[in-house]
Amino acid sequence: MPFKNKPQVFGAAINTVELGSDYKMTLGGENVLPFYTFDGPIANAPKIGVEISDLGTEVEDAFPILKEFYAGASTVVEMAKKACTMPGADFICLKLEGADPNGENKSVEECVQLAKDVCDAIDKPLVIAGCKNVDKDAELFTKIAEALQGKNVLLYSAKEENYKSVGAAAGLAYGQKVGAESAVDINLAKQLNVLLTQLGVNAGAIVMNIGSAAAGYGFEYVASTIDRVKLAALSQNDAQLQMPIMTNIASEAWSVKEAVMPEADAPEWGSQETRGIDMEVVTASACLAAGSDAVILKHPVSVEKISALINALM
Amino acid sequence: MALKGLDIFKLTPKTNCKDCGSPTCMAFAMKVAQGAVPLEKCPHLSDEVKAQLSEATAPPMKTIKVGAGNNEHTLGGETVLFRHEKTLVSKNLYAVKVSSGMDDAANEAVFAAIPGLDYERIGERMYVEFIYVDYAAGSDKGKYLELVKKAASMDRALVLNCADPAVAKEALEIAKEGKPILNGATAANCDEMNALAKEYGVTLGVSGADLNELHDTVAKLEAAGNKNLILDVGTASIKEAFGNAVQIRRASVKDGDRTFGYPSLVNIAELAPGDDTLQAALAAMFTLKYGSILVMSGMSYAQALPLYGLRQNIYTDPQKPMKVEPGIYPVNGADENAICALTVDFALTYFVVSGELERSGVPVNFLITDAGGYSVLTAWAAGKLSASSIAKFFQEKDIEGKIKNRTLLIPGKVAVLKGEIEEKLPGWNIVVAPNEAIQIVKFLKDMNK
Repeated sequence: MPFKNKPQVFGAAINTVELGSDYKMTLGGENVLPFYTFDGPIANAPKIGVEISDLGTEVEDAFPILKEFYAGASTVVEMAKKACTMPGADFICLKLEGADPNGENKSVEECVQLAKDVCDAIDKPLVIAGCKNVDKDAELFTKIAEALQGKNVLLYSAKEENYKSVGAAAGLAYGQKVGAESAVDINLAKQLNVLLTQLGVNAGAIVMNIGSAAAGYGFEYVASTIDRVKLAALSQNDAQLQMPIMTNIASEAWSVKEAVMPEADAPEWGSQETRGIDMEVVTASACLAAGSDAVILKHPVSVEKISALINALM
Repeated sequence: MALKGLDIFKLTPKTNCKDCGSPTCMAFAMKVAQGAVPLEKCPHLSDEVKAQLSEATAPPMKTIKVGAGNNEHTLGGETVLFRHEKTLVSKNLYAVKVSSGMDDAANEAVFAAIPGLDYERIGERMYVEFIYVDYAAGSDKGKYLELVKKAASMDRALVLNCADPAVAKEALEIAKEGKPILNGATAANCDEMNALAKEYGVTLGVSGADLNELHDTVAKLEAAGNKNLILDVGTASIKEAFGNAVQIRRASVKDGDRTFGYPSLVNIAELAPGDDTLQAALAAMFTLKYGSILVMSGMSYAQALPLYGLRQNIYTDPQKPMKVEPGIYPVNGADENAICALTVDFALTYFVVSGELERSGVPVNFLITDAGGYSVLTAWAAGKLSASSIAKFFQEKDIEGKIKNRTLLIPGKVAVLKGEIEEKLPGWNIVVAPNEAIQIVKFLKDMNK
């Protein structure tokens, strides 16, 4: 008796969202579960972004491979250019951590200028991440959306507290793409999508950021939230959950104990850089298996391996 | 196909004798249909009816026990494809590979690393559960049997990968005590391999050139009376192995194809040879999508820390929160003079807060109180985190005897408890910490200024 596969091809599909102007990429569009190519073709492979922080070019000595990769890059702009050369990199994510009022508290003007400089210098689509302070982010995103008009960047991301200003500026006034960030819960994710679309933002201009966690740190919530979002979007044709999902892996993976503990304090654990890479790669792979349409990574080795994984599965 | 309660009811004696423990035959039939009660509870069913029903009411995926003694493990038995639908029951297990096709030094290095990787994470032992002993085609039989002997002495369960029945018999003779898995049955050799598996009472691993051939071979083995199997998803390519793993699990759990209702084996070492990082990425993928035994070239701490953490997350029961043992957890070399910070025993809270405390570099005695595994606000709302519960915890763990410092930080979300705690713990300086873990580093640094 031969085996009979019963393909799960759904009547609904994830929205496609195009980022970039001169250099473009397309997220989403699939109507099967992640990498289920035996059920049906998947038009757009999941994408990989490289995270660059605005906090300078200094790379810790504990990460020799990363240090070597960015050697000679003396400005954030040069780092971003360098990051574009990573094999497997599809886009750049500029993280404006320095804007945090509790940190360096860089001025909005300074951040806007940096975003402009990076955008002009790179040959990949650009994603701009904020500093997590909702008021500052609202101001930043509004100004950046204006300054980068026509560049079709993703502002990553609007939250429930600031979606009105971010959505109005990025989504309505200046035609950029809007990230919708919620805290690892399908209902919160949906609610924010509803609010943004009610504001007038086109559903096709929204990319979801459903939150993230490193492997071992409550990752079950991330996996189950993505599973549920994808199943609702595809099998129940829930239009408020059909936005593609972009997940930031780098910020989570490189800040847990396994990646932060110096080798001197945990000799049996081995190289700190290898531990960080493995934490990043494992978390990214698990997110892609659940259904993220894009992941943001930091390390060139992680980018190379995750790219190899995606290519092997597509 | 699954039977409905009414179909089962028609086959019961309908006497409502209560011998099964249920009030009526109808109630019994409904419970059987849900899988809550085994059919055997009714003493009045004829063998013929039992046979007819047990096939139909059996779970879609079999539970397979492999190994022996301390190294006995349970595989399979899943009833859902996604953990949010109910829960996943049998976590994936890890094997490391030695092979008669590899040189002695390489095999020795794998063996040598096995005992060193053995640690605990939130009450669960993390280690490599299996050694996968591979008989490479055309290699020396004597060398293989030496590897089997060595592996059998390592206090781990074994997978004997050997498609040559004559060699497999000798290997089983060496390792039979440990009830290894015999992997290597194919369409060509399945009769002889089946005879061996039956003779030694071990689980048989089956593979096929494609899913059709695998399906046919399993059907043939089942017809020969063997339902103690695992399915090798193959090593043709990463894409095919992933596709096979998904289609096998989906066919059994969702579409009721019992022929594919067995755990799987994924040979990741073969899918990404010489690339430890890609192997870790693949292991993560197969943790979510339907690998039961994952065979790796090796398992370093760098790979194990995220992979075992991921597995522990994915295989938690969504209805039961992960808990940390209550007690004192000194952070950053805290001694009796360091300040105390208290939170609940919800594992996620523990991990997030301890990570931030570590980042601050400030020595802190991190106190985990018993709050039923709930998060701070939930525990407070459920009455499991209160001034009295904290006072009780201080008494039980003799905090005042063990710690000289008298400053206690409490979570910002339960700032309302400050007054009550001050009453219950006289002499303590109660400080309200921030609402969010992310603010802890700054808070502690400011406090120390």
